[in-house]
Amino acid sequence: MTTANAGRVELDYAGSERLTMNMGPQHPSAHGVFRAILTLEGETVVGIDAVIGYLHRCHEKLAETLTYAQYPSIASKTDYVAAMTSEFAYVRAAETIGTIEVPKRAEYLRVIAAELQRVASHLLWLGTWCLDMGGALGGGATIFLYCIRERELILDLFESLVGARLLYGFYQVGGVRYDLPAGWADQCRTTVDLIEQRIGEYERMLEDNPFFMVRTQGVGVISRELAQELGIGGPLLRGSGVHHDLRRADGYSSYRDFEFAVPVETSGDCFARYRVRMVEFRQALRIVRQALDRLPDGPISSRPGLKSVAQVRIPKGEAYARIEGARGEVGCYLISDGSAKPYRMKWRGASFSNLAVLPHIIPGHKVADVVAIMGSVDPVFGEVDR
Amino acid sequence: MPEWVTPLVAPFILLNAVIGLVTYVTLLERKFAARMQSRIGPYRVGPHGLLQPIADAIKLMMKEDVVPTAADRPVYNLAPVVFLIPCMLIFATIPFAPGLGVADLNIGVLFFLAVSAMEIVGLFMAGWGSNNKYALLSAMRAVNQVISYDLPFIFAALTPVLLAGSLRMSDIAAAQQGLWFIFYPVIGQLAFIAFIVATVASENRAPFDILEAESELVAGFRVEYSGMKFAIIQLGEYAHVIGASFLGALLFLGAWAGPGPEWAGPIWFLIKAMLVFLLITWVRWSFVRIRVDQILALSWKALMPATLVLLIATAVVVVWRGHAGV
Amino acid sequence: MTGEQARAAIAERYPAATVDASALERRSLGEGGPVTVTVPVDSWVEFAHFAKTTLGCRFFSFLSAVDWKDEGLEVVVKVDNVDTGLSLLMKTRLGPGVSACPSLTMLYRGADWMERECYDMFGIRFDGHPDLRRILLGDDWVGHPLLKSYAVDTPHPPYR
Repeated sequence: MTTANAGRVELDYAGSERLTMNMGPQHPSAHGVFRAILTLEGETVVGIDAVIGYLHRCHEKLAETLTYAQYPSIASKTDYVAAMTSEFAYVRAAETIGTIEVPKRAEYLRVIAAELQRVASHLLWLGTWCLDMGGALGGGATIFLYCIRERELILDLFESLVGARLLYGFYQVGGVRYDLPAGWADQCRTTVDLIEQRIGEYERMLEDNPFFMVRTQGVGVISRELAQELGIGGPLLRGSGVHHDLRRADGYSSYRDFEFAVPVETSGDCFARYRVRMVEFRQALRIVRQALDRLPDGPISSRPGLKSVAQVRIPKGEAYARIEGARGEVGCYLISDGSAKPYRMKWRGASFSNLAVLPHIIPGHKVADVVAIMGSVDPVFGEVDR
Repeated sequence: MPEWVTPLVAPFILLNAVIGLVTYVTLLERKFAARMQSRIGPYRVGPHGLLQPIADAIKLMMKEDVVPTAADRPVYNLAPVVFLIPCMLIFATIPFAPGLGVADLNIGVLFFLAVSAMEIVGLFMAGWGSNNKYALLSAMRAVNQVISYDLPFIFAALTPVLLAGSLRMSDIAAAQQGLWFIFYPVIGQLAFIAFIVATVASENRAPFDILEAESELVAGFRVEYSGMKFAIIQLGEYAHVIGASFLGALLFLGAWAGPGPEWAGPIWFLIKAMLVFLLITWVRWSFVRIRVDQILALSWKALMPATLVLLIATAVVVVWRGHAGV
Repeated sequence: MTGEQARAAIAERYPAATVDASALERRSLGEGGPVTVTVPVDSWVEFAHFAKTTLGCRFFSFLSAVDWKDEGLEVVVKVDNVDTGLSLLMKTRLGPGVSACPSLTMLYRGADWMERECYDMFGIRFDGHPDLRRILLGDDWVGHPLLKSYAVDTPHPPYR
């Protein structure tokens, strides 16, 4: 949030007059509250200082005051666009320390929820990204509304599963909180089929559009080296040619049971990130279908019902659990001192690392590209600021 | 009725007709866009939302007029009016039926094009006078874009002029009583496409709305305007688009030519103009915005040479055939 | 390079470093979990360089710290080798009352924001960081919230 003594990344530019322009914190394409202090040379951005922290709630301090049973539902408030992911990371960290077994059925339900959440999150990304490029009063709004329409279907599924539409509290240490209601699996299959078909439509709508192509191809190139050094993750990393997907690398939960492809693009530009996400849509839906088909019977939690929130205790130890979220590696570094509350918890927010790429790639681009690049990074500021 | 009354009454009627038309065209566009986006659109005010434009107008009139402290007040206050005048003036030379127009000048098309380009003065004044960085950038873009696209716009509009052999609008319309110029082999279709592209660009409509560019420049040159001044800018912008739609319908779609009695001519003209308008709207709601350098490249590298070649080709055809007209 | 090879390489090159300090640590981090190394603060940058070049851990996952109250602060960094799947959790104890640590920004550009956040939350000064200022909290914030000495309900003007 600091602006004094701003150490801007600036290009050496032989122009005459510079203009400092604030983009945000209130700005139509800020995706939340983000402030970019741009130094402009005409239309070209020559310097950027990113200011974050407007949404900081100090989740890490908060976690030290809440028990293992309480925090998962708060965890969903870090990345509120993909709330399932953060809960997943937290409970996995706690389970790793306590070596708590999770029943097979619970693992499958976790995967179903996580993958549906990925689709919902990517839908929102596609909509808002096009809104950034196309404008609320232009073609962007059209695809935005289409994407929101599909995201609603997934939120409906979550609503009938959990009772909530945005922040769920579905995961808990040892399993999941709710079993599938009657008819849910069929409703889910219908939704999955519908979304898969619609995604094809969007793909044609965008890729047959030359304006979309010129706005995305070759814009905001992230090199392989930069991507790794910054620790950016998810579609950005794979769009830069690094074959790294935690679902494949770690095979956590029950991901080893399912077949799916990991898309990798090498060009590292906005279009590559778009392509990776479009393939991920289909792969996520594929995993959901497989999980629904093979869903085993059995309990959904290895722990008995809780009588008090302090009942979940895990032994002394530490663990780092990481999840392939919609935006990349969502990590939870948890240190337990044997009590009912963690001694220390560190969130590795995927968006925080991803957003750190902006000062490295934006200088040299036009003002209009700033929003296109920022949209392609897909930051969620709840997760950046935590 | 004395002779001198007509020049006073006719513009008055036209002006009010245009304002009424603009008001309801916004509703048309909103309904059209809503259908494209699987929405319903305005529905609450009046039956099927038919009173929505009125409600919007009243709302805008009642809004507080906020002037930024740092604004260049005279420029800031004058800008909406300066912007509105050319947008209204372009209707002066359009004949809505044979003999039904304010002034059927013998240089009608030229007048239209010249006055239409004047809107840039208002845009620039608004952008400069607001003393806002977004508005300033938008004003810079405005100058770039309008200069780049007025040439292809003029070249595209001159193709029917060559085919008709006259700059007078009523002559051009009359020349199409047999065959509309859009059906003129090859030349007609190409010129129409070029005309639509240039119109979209010079009217600052998406995907060329880099002046407004609300995802980068918030609202561009009009970011600081509110209340009635905002309404005037909006009115001017829509009036300009509708004027260009009428011009398109007149130059390419045969103006008032159509089946039915003679009094149906203006209705046919209106329908055709609205078709052109919906075409522009359709483009607007399906494309993403293009970047400023790409917009200029498109104009200077593609559209300009193409329309110039088209114009020369038309001239050659006309000379070769030995006479103008279809 | 597998975890075992990495452990051997570290033990050979840095005898002073503690690999997987306790049985508990090894168990709780799991077999596929990261290799945990505690190095003295003097060889912090050198070890990071070794991790990046020799072990190939070029992916900078995160940097943070833990406040062990009387025992002082501990800086924790996780780096990965995404090609072989090796994860390395590097730790260094700053010692009681010490809040200075060498910066890793020369090696990993990702350390830039992470160290700023760590400075913001723990007050650790990273020597060699090009632009060490608060990142999440405002300029005028007093104190560093994630220190154990900072109570959750510490009043902060103008809010209380």
